[in-house]
This record gives sequence, structure tokens and C-alpha cells, in this order.
Amino acid sequence: MSLQRKDLLGIQNLSVEEITLILDTAESFKEVSGRDIKKVPTLRGKTVVNLFFEPSTRTRTSFELAAKRLSADVINFAVSASSVSKGETLLDTARNIEAMQADFIVLRHPMAGSPNILARLLRASVVNAGDGGHEHPTQALLDLYTLREKKRAFKGLRLAIVGDIAHSRVARSNIYAFTKMGAEVRVVGPPTMMPLEIEQLGVQVFYDLDEGLRGVDVIMMLRLQLERQGIALFPSIREYARRYCLTPAHMALAAPDALVMHPGPINRGVEIAPEVADSPSSVILDQVTNGVAVRMAVLYFLSGGK
Amino acid sequence: MFLEGFFMPMNANKSERIVMDAQEITRALTRIAHEISERSRGVAQVALVGIRSGGVHLAHRLAARLTDIEGTTVPVGTLDITLYRDDLNARKEPPILRKTDIPFDITGLTIILVDDVLFTGRTIRAAMDGLMDFGRPAEIQLAVLVDRGHRQLPIKSTYVGKNVPTLPNETVEVFLEEAGASDRVVILA
Repeated sequence: MSLQRKDLLGIQNLSVEEITLILDTAESFKEVSGRDIKKVPTLRGKTVVNLFFEPSTRTRTSFELAAKRLSADVINFAVSASSVSKGETLLDTARNIEAMQADFIVLRHPMAGSPNILARLLRASVVNAGDGGHEHPTQALLDLYTLREKKRAFKGLRLAIVGDIAHSRVARSNIYAFTKMGAEVRVVGPPTMMPLEIEQLGVQVFYDLDEGLRGVDVIMMLRLQLERQGIALFPSIREYARRYCLTPAHMALAAPDALVMHPGPINRGVEIAPEVADSPSSVILDQVTNGVAVRMAVLYFLSGGK
Repeated sequence: MFLEGFFMPMNANKSERIVMDAQEITRALTRIAHEISERSRGVAQVALVGIRSGGVHLAHRLAARLTDIEGTTVPVGTLDITLYRDDLNARKEPPILRKTDIPFDITGLTIILVDDVLFTGRTIRAAMDGLMDFGRPAEIQLAVLVDRGHRQLPIKSTYVGKNVPTLPNETVEVFLEEAGASDRVVILA
């Protein structure tokens, strides 16, 4: 078993074996991150370009650390500072980057499917770091990794994803990921934030937080994307928080050893109460640590599939 | 890939010649253990690091013998050299990565790298680079069960079970009980 891919575009077309291989490999890279000298020479001489058309600190930093711990050179290409503001198309920007002999392009873009276009047209390996409302595969992989580390197995695990399901690429990637690995996935949120026919992906839909959380082993809170709330999906943040903010009282409904996850950055008091975010059930910071290891594993595997 | 030897008759149409049997392996390891304790005047400052995958079981066997001889336990670690290989760029797909586990501080110790077969020396170069990322050992020594020659780097073993002259295109395989086979070293030609 090995991974022969040039690009990582989404979880949807990954096999269970490929996912397992990435998670196993990430374990070795976590060991590297735990050393005094957190660097191995594996990608020496390779260039990784972080091409981010949306603001992101966490994901970009995580990819940057992952690449640097593998000894690759990293260039951060942020949209505001780039020639995109001068009218250049995505493809031209990417071709220019490739002309500088980049080996990996880590792309975050507001348009779903844009990494697929680049992957088809470029020699460089493309890693999707979030494309519109489509997928965010490395987030799902690090969530899988974190849960496997804590709960050992996915089979029969009950996971509730809570929040704006419709606009969340994290939710979509995680639905693909966890259903593939044999977990039971619920989605919880207001009807205005629930995509039509989401059941087709093999999930159960709940509109009431209490009901959705009953007996679950893992609660994955999504960030309320305050910057995207131009359209009225709910009357006010206060009302949203009253109905969907995760509090200690909700935790009592879930399994006693239930874990809380969040892709960050968290809006304290909006989707998650501070007491919950800071409680021992929270694995939010483990997710961040594991993100670097998982991204190292992804870069390692894609380095071969040319 | 690495499972070939177990599940597929990799040597189906190759002839197998035994160059060390179980007893010879046992004797060689016992002698190496004595040489280690003699050279380091005991094992107080000695630790063993087995190179994946061939050196891991041998490192544990050596550690057990050193305990018999010296009456103290010797720390044993495991090193995967994959991330330090010099042929990653030349490969179509990256090799499977295994865990490195060195649960002690190597700084100031005499580290004995353990591998089954010493051939080109490239694995040992990678292992030394990997080891240095964990600290600064006082000394690195090398123990191998078989030295088959054909070095491509200026590397020499400190302890050898047996020198076995080979042709470059021959394959030397070490089978051990811990991996589900009876102890033997064979040349496949």
C-alpha cells in the first residue's frame, strides 16, 4: 500500500487505506515535532508556496511549519500583497509561481474546485487548504488523527457536527472522512444553515442541539463565520448563541467521556462557552499540534507521486 | 514491498545458500556482546539503537546478552532512517515510514548502532545523521551481523558477526525468529 497521488484535493476520493496510511505516517512525524531538533532533511531543496486567497493564520502557519520541519523552503503568497489586486487570474498567478520551480502549491481560494483546476494544469503538487464551501481535506485528516489518538477506533463512534453546515467546508470534509472510517455522523444546526438533502451523505440531521448531542462521543463545533453573515441566516448572534452555543449543560447530555473539537479560531460565547473550550474534554489545542504532523505526512506522500 | 519476503516467494526461482545458521548467529551475538562490554569497560555509558527493520530484533538480543554479562539493563532504541535517505528524490513513491523511538537522552553516551547487513554504507550514513538530531553522543559504534562488502561510503563496522564475500548482484537476507522465520543468514543468487 502506498499513496501515488500528485495532489490532495479532497477527502471524497480518498480510500480508507489511503487515509489510514496518512494517519499512520503522521504518527512518525508527530515524533519529529516532539524532538529538540524538530527538523528532518526529507524535502531539502524543495519549494512550497502557500498561495492564500483568503485570510488564514492557523492553516497557513501550520503548513509553513510542516514544510520547514521537512527542510523545504517556504514562500507565503498572500492575496492582498500580490498582483491579483492588479487583475491577474488565478491560473496566471499559479503558472508564474510554477515558473519559479515550486514543487508544491498549497492553495486556499474562495471558489470551490479551484485547486482541481490548478492540479490539472500544473506539474507542481497541489494541496487544497480550503476551497470555498467545498473541502478542507487536511483539517479533516487532523481531526481524524486527533480522534484516533484519543478514542483508538472510529467504528461505532458517534460524532455530532454543530453549526453552519451549509457554508462549512470543514463539515463537508469531515462528513466524508468520518463516514468513510465507519463513524456515525450527525449534523446539528438551524434549518437555514442546513444544506438540502444532506442526508444523502449518510448523516442524521438534527435542528435541536440537545437532541443532537444526546449520547454522542465527539462534538465538533464549527466556527460561526461572522464575516460571511451578510445574508440573514439567523436573527441575531445572541439568538444563535442562545440556541446553539455549547455549554456545560449540553455536555451533560453527551457521553460522559465526550470530546469537544473546534477547527478554530473560536468565538467564545458564540458557538462555544469558555467553560467548555477550556475544559479537559476539549481537544482543540491537540488538533492544532496534530495539524502540523498531518500536513508533514501529506507533503511527504505527495513528494513522490510525480 | 517490505512484506515480500513473508508473503511472496521472493526467492522462488533463486538458489538459497545458508552462510550462518542459528547456532552461528547465537555465537556471533554472544561474542559481539562480550566485545562491547570489553571495549567500553562495562555498559554504564552504553546504549543500543537498532536500525529499522533488520537491526531492531538484533539490538534487543544484544541488550539481553549484555544484561546477562554485566547484570545491568542497557537502553535500547529504534531508528527509522527513511527521512534521511539519499535516494528519496530518485524514487517514484516515498517509502512507508515507521516510528523512531529513542526513549533516552543519547548525549554523552556510547551509542552502538545495530543493523543486520552492512552493504553500501548508505543506511549507516543516514542513521548517523538521524542520530545526531537526537543529541551529541560521546561516540557512535556500529555492530552488524553480516558484512558483505561493496562499500560506497567510507564506513567501517566496529563489531562484525561474520564477513561474507558476495557479488554485488546477490542478495543477503537475515531471517530471525522474532519475525516469524527460523534463524539463518542466506545468500540468494
